[in-house]
Order: sequence, then C-alpha cells, then structure tokens
Amino acid sequence: MTALSRREWLLTEAPESRRQAAWGRAYRGWLQFRRNKLAMAGLVTVIVLVLAAVFAPLLTLQDPSTQDLAGRLAPPSAQHWLGTDELGRDLYTRLLYGGRVTLGMVIAVVVLVAPVGLAVGTVAGYAGGLADRVLMRVTDIFLAFPRLILALAFVAALKPGVSSAVFAIALTAWPPYARLARAETLTIRNADFISAVRLTGASAGRIVLRHIAPLCVSSLIVRVTLDMSGIILTAAGLGFLGMGAQPPMPEWGTMIAATRGFILQQWWVPTIPGLAIFAASLAFNLLGDGLRDVLDPKRG
Amino acid sequence: MEVVVQNLRIAFPSPSGPLEAVRGVSFTLGQEKLAIVGESGSGKSLTARAIMRLLPRAAMLSADALRFDGIDVLNADENAMRRIRGGRAGLVMQDPKYSLNPVMTAGAQIAEAWRAHRGGTRRQAREAAVDLLAQVQIRDPGAVADRYPHQLSGGMGQRVMIAMMLAPDPELLIADEPTSALDATVQAEILRLIEDLVQRRGMGLILISHDLPLVSHFCDRVLVMYAGRVVEECRAGELARAQHPYTRGLLECLPILSEKRRRLAVLRRDPSWAAA
Amino acid sequence: MMIEVENLSVRYGTAYAARDVSFSVARGESFGIVGESGSGKSTVLRALAGLNRDWTGTIRVGGETVTPARDRAFFRRVQMVFQDPYGSLHPRQTIDRALSEPLLVHGIKDIETRIAAALTEVALPPSTRFRYPHQLSGGQRQRVAIARALMAGPEVLLLDEPTSALDVSVQAEVLNLLSDLQEKRGLTYILVSHNLAVVSHLCARIGVMQGGEMVEQLTAEDLRAGRTKHPHTEALRRLSVELEETDAQHGKAA
Repeated sequence: MTALSRREWLLTEAPESRRQAAWGRAYRGWLQFRRNKLAMAGLVTVIVLVLAAVFAPLLTLQDPSTQDLAGRLAPPSAQHWLGTDELGRDLYTRLLYGGRVTLGMVIAVVVLVAPVGLAVGTVAGYAGGLADRVLMRVTDIFLAFPRLILALAFVAALKPGVSSAVFAIALTAWPPYARLARAETLTIRNADFISAVRLTGASAGRIVLRHIAPLCVSSLIVRVTLDMSGIILTAAGLGFLGMGAQPPMPEWGTMIAATRGFILQQWWVPTIPGLAIFAASLAFNLLGDGLRDVLDPKRG
Repeated sequence: MEVVVQNLRIAFPSPSGPLEAVRGVSFTLGQEKLAIVGESGSGKSLTARAIMRLLPRAAMLSADALRFDGIDVLNADENAMRRIRGGRAGLVMQDPKYSLNPVMTAGAQIAEAWRAHRGGTRRQAREAAVDLLAQVQIRDPGAVADRYPHQLSGGMGQRVMIAMMLAPDPELLIADEPTSALDATVQAEILRLIEDLVQRRGMGLILISHDLPLVSHFCDRVLVMYAGRVVEECRAGELARAQHPYTRGLLECLPILSEKRRRLAVLRRDPSWAAA
Repeated sequence: MMIEVENLSVRYGTAYAARDVSFSVARGESFGIVGESGSGKSTVLRALAGLNRDWTGTIRVGGETVTPARDRAFFRRVQMVFQDPYGSLHPRQTIDRALSEPLLVHGIKDIETRIAAALTEVALPPSTRFRYPHQLSGGQRQRVAIARALMAGPEVLLLDEPTSALDVSVQAEVLNLLSDLQEKRGLTYILVSHNLAVVSHLCARIGVMQGGEMVEQLTAEDLRAGRTKHPHTEALRRLSVELEETDAQHGKAA
C-alpha cells in the first residue's frame, strides 16, 4: 500500500469496516492537532522527556548516586555537562533519572485518579437521588481540604516516600474529576440519545460505561493534561518538604529542595531541575490545550 | 424605504475552495410583504440577513448592488450599519427563548431598546414599553412588562420580541421563521399581528419561512429559493399557477387535512434547478 | 387489542400533566394523538414507553399489564422514535454502532447481515454505515432512528413528532417510509403530533388532547369531514384547513 492510498484509505467518506472508520477518525484528529504549532511543541517536549527518562541509562555513563565530594558544586564542563550538586553527583545524570521518578509519579497519579473520578462522577450524575448526594458530599469533603496540607498529613501518617506521595496526591486530586464528570453526565443524561439507549433495554451499568463515560472522557483527558503541571508541582512540593522521594533518590523537587541554599553562588544547581519542572509543566499545558481543540465534542 | 438586492452572493471558505451558499439573488422591496421560502440550506436566512450585514464572520459577501434606502450596505461603516440594525430595520428570530436576555424583565428590555434610539427619561421609556406591549396585543401590558423571559409562554415571548423590534420605529421588519417554534393557534395569531402592524405602520416585511401555504396567507409576494438561487417569484395569490417543478413539488408533498392522499408525492430533485 | 390505556394520569407536583387518559389501539392499527404544546400528548407517550415511571392507571400491551419499571422483553415489543433526529443519535457513535446496540443488548446474532438489511429497509446507502450522525442530513438521521427502533423486531412503534423537525419534502419521504414499514411488518403505531394533517394522513383514529385530558376520539374520516364534537377539536381543524389552503388547492377544487 503506497503512502497516498493509505491516506485515502484513512480519509475516505465511506469506510468499509469499523476498524477503518475508527482509524479514519483518529487520523482526522491528528491532522487537526498537527496544525496547532504550540500543541505540537508540547507533544514533542513530552515525548522527549519521557524517552529521556526511559532510556536514562543509555544517555549517561555515570551513576546518579556516585558522590565526588572534591568536585561538588562544579559548573558545567565536558565531564559534567550540567555541573554537579552539593555532593558532587552529576546533575545531568540525576536530571535524567529524576525524570523517571517525577514523571513516573505524575503518570501513576493520573492512572489512579482519572478512572476513580470518572466512575464516581458518572455514577453520581446518572443515578441521581441519594447516591448522587452521598457521593458528592464525599467529594466535597475532599475538595474542602487544601491539597498540599492533606497530602502532607497523609504522608506524615504513613512513611515518607514515593508511593505514599503518589497516594497522597491521588487522594487529593480526584474530586475535581468527579465534579467534572458529573457535570458532563448531567447535561447528557436526559438527552434523547440516552433515552433511546434506555429503550433498548440496556442496563444502567451499560449505559454509564458504554454511552455516557465515553462522552466524558475527552474533557477528562484535557483536564488531566492541564492538571499534570499541578501534579508535578505538588510532587515537587512534597519532595521539597522532604515528604516525597527520599535521598539519595533523584527527584526534581527534592533536587531543588536540597540545593536551594546555593541559589546565589552556584545558581545553576537548583535552577536546572527547576527548568526541567517548568519545561514539563508547560509542555503538558500546551498539549492539553491542543487536545481540547481536537477532542471538544462541540467542535464543528 | 427601498431595499435593492442585485446579484447577491454569499460564500464560505472550505478546504476545497469557497462554497457559495447564496448564488446571485436579486430582488427589490418597497412597502410590501415579501416572503422568502425554501428548505433548510436554501440560503433564505442568509439572503435576508445580508441586508443588515448580520452574517457569520467567515462569510464572504458580494453583490452588484445591496442598498437599504440608498445606503450602500456593502461599503457602509459599522456606525452606519448600527443605525440600520435594530434602528431602521428589526429582526425577529425563531426562538424568543434565545433572543431575550434572561436576567432582564421584558419591560426593561423594550425600554432599553427604545431609549437607545430615542433617548428620553427612564419613566418615558417605561411608558413607551408598556404602550408597545399593548400594541402587540398583550392584554395586561403593565404586568407583563415586569415579568422575566422564563415567565412568558412561547407566544408571549415572541410578542415581547416584536415589541422590542418596534421600539425604534423601524421601516423594515425581517422575521426569520418567527413562528415555527409555536403552536398552530399561536402561530396564526402572531402572523396576523405582524401583518397588521406592518400595514398600520407602513413598514416593509421580509418573512422567511419553510411553509409555503402558510406565508401565502400573509404576504404579497413570494420568492422560492433552492440551493442558493431564486427559482421562482410570484404573487402570493397566484401560487396556484406556480410554474417551477420545485414549487409545485413543495406544495404537493404536503399531507393535507381536507383531502385524503394515500401516498405522498415525493420531490424529485432535478440537478438543473441548482444550475444557472 | 395491542395497547390498552386506562385512566392514565401523570402528576408533576400538584399539577396534572395528563389526567385519566384512556384509549386502545388494535394490532396493526395507527392511533394519533394531537394537541398543542403542554397538552400532555408527549407525557402520555413517555409514560407508555417507560421513560417516565411516575404514573397511575393501567397500561396493557398485548393483554399483559405493564408495570412502571419495564423488563427487557417489553423493549423488544415496544420501541420509540424521537422528534429531534439531531438529539436522538449518540454524537460519538457511528451509525453501525447505533444499530448494533439493540442487537447486543438483546443478544441477537448475525449483526453484520442484520445491519445491512436494516439500512436497505429504510433506504439508506451502505456507505452511511460507518458515518457519524453529524455527517448525515436530518432526513437520513431520522431514517437511522427508525432503523434502530426496528432492529430488535418490535410490534409497536411510538412516534413522537417524527417529522416536525424535517423539511416538508423529507417529511413526505419519512411518512411514506412509515406507511410502507407498517404494511410490511404489521406494526402498531402511536403517533404524537401537533400537525393534524400529518396525524390524519397516517392514522385512522385520532385522540385530541387539551390541558392533559383527551377531550375527544374520532376517526380521521370524521375529522376531515368536520364531524367533530369538542370545540377544541373543531378549532384545531378549522385552523389547519384555513392555513393549508393555498390557491393551489382552490385551483384544484375549482
């Protein structure tokens, strides 16, 4: 199959199979996404960051924990591309390995949070009545706590560490998703097309799972990518306060926390992980904006 | 007041080049009641709105002539257009629910429209609003003036809308499917009201509708549009002698109460209708 | 009797949306309900369909009394077509998906051939199968809605203003399609509309509703001939006849 005919196969107005129709829709979305330069920049940055984290051992020959107290706080050089930190560890290496921890935490939080929020919101919205009231009050209770404080209390109760931090952030991050999914569900639950599904005799579970949830997913994905930066910052904040990743594990927030005293003399030491956080946050934000334009069901 | 439209064209950009939605429509309108009839997508609304230059942003408008009482609508600046819109020409839309401000009372909205064009004190505007509501045959205009849009029925909302459009004493009223969201009984009342007001105030009327038999009762002249072109123009009273197969088809495919039609005639669209 | 409704009442708070409505429809017959907005005609239909569970009275389908909560077997016998073809199809599901849903729910096999047959039955080209609703015209969407309602082979079709959102030329096509399907499948129709001409075209018997009550039941012949008893029926009839008269019809009559 040549490139041109594959494109035609994807863009045909009359697909012949379900598979072709689904691919065609995805391709059209991609074409639209590609036209948005900023979103593409965000996507490329995210991919680069993730690949750098995944292939960290191939991209650096040094060990992130090897100390060299004689060469501490060194400026960038041929040997240490981004310099060294307060214990003489290579910053470039720690940045790569730190990406594994930080991005890993973000992805873990999202994987935990999005399905929970979606489930709670769609069920509350569709069921209505008592179930709705109970679920939403629980959501409100979690929403009422300041995010970082609740996470701090939670981590303090467990033992500080990456997995506690992930759970703590997840615990405080799901309520907005539940609210969003519920609001979306309320606008569509009385639509004729949902009535039509009810009239086929489909069960409530099937209606929520197969007909309502898919309509909420796109706005949820957008919200998630927009929240990614917030999650990175919370994770960094926990790390900064010593409640997240524990030394010597490299994590971007912890890296800033440990070296914040050197900001005036050896400014690059805390600044470099800060730039990494900034780049990742911005990239996820741009990606989210672009996805919103493509996925918004109200478009066209 | 005279509206002149010559060779009006409205196109929209699309990936495969501009798509013409209105393709060379010409007509003139004086103090008369003109109906523009066609199915959805025929370009009837765009044609009427072009007179007030109320088109979607992407629309590309061109014409040999497009004049409202001597004013060149194609080249007039925004200020001049604003004096026409809602001043010398009013637009009544299909659903009053969406065209009235939900957080202002009916009276306040009419008073605002009145003051915007005439000035005067609040008290005068309020009195004028109640008077206008009485003119659109609302029984208790004082009470209705204090109601919010959600407290009004569909027919009442449409009357308020019309009162608002009459506030600046326009010379032309464009009614875009003003009654298709209403019950048949209310529909007839509203159309009779519009007809009566137009007659009494000596306004011009453009009534846009998809309902050919209906408009023939309320208008002097009918333009039948198909695919962006006027395929037939006739006096409303002579619809019986309509020549164009599209016009005839529209009349014949309707189920009617007074006569049993076993099977409805189906309109067979001839590509030549859309051609020049 | 396919459908029997006795003293059906629906209340919202203290106001009755429908009050003591009774009528019955024989198998293969079409019954029309006309009325203005707020007359309760759609309320009756929704209670009948099981979309609204807060009603009192008796509803029997095929002789069996149905409860407010319906089981799956009920939805195999009774289906509904909605007014707005833009709102009654899931915006993110292809026509294929919309048509396969009833089959999956009822566990009916050979989805492939059934969908192809359904599209043919409502005269839609096979190319529409994997399209999304927004790629179809209003008339095509309403055909899809009809095809979906017929997927599980129902006996009764509840039609809620099925043509009022369509252009008149498309309305004619859809009404013809409904006639053909009824003849072919022996369907029982209950058609709700505000348009007397549409109702009397498709239905032999008509119930007129006003303020939640069914004020008169009469045959389409009687309605045409003006043999009405209730003043509201007469008012609706006269208006309809007046407004539909163009000189075209005068010309024909002369």
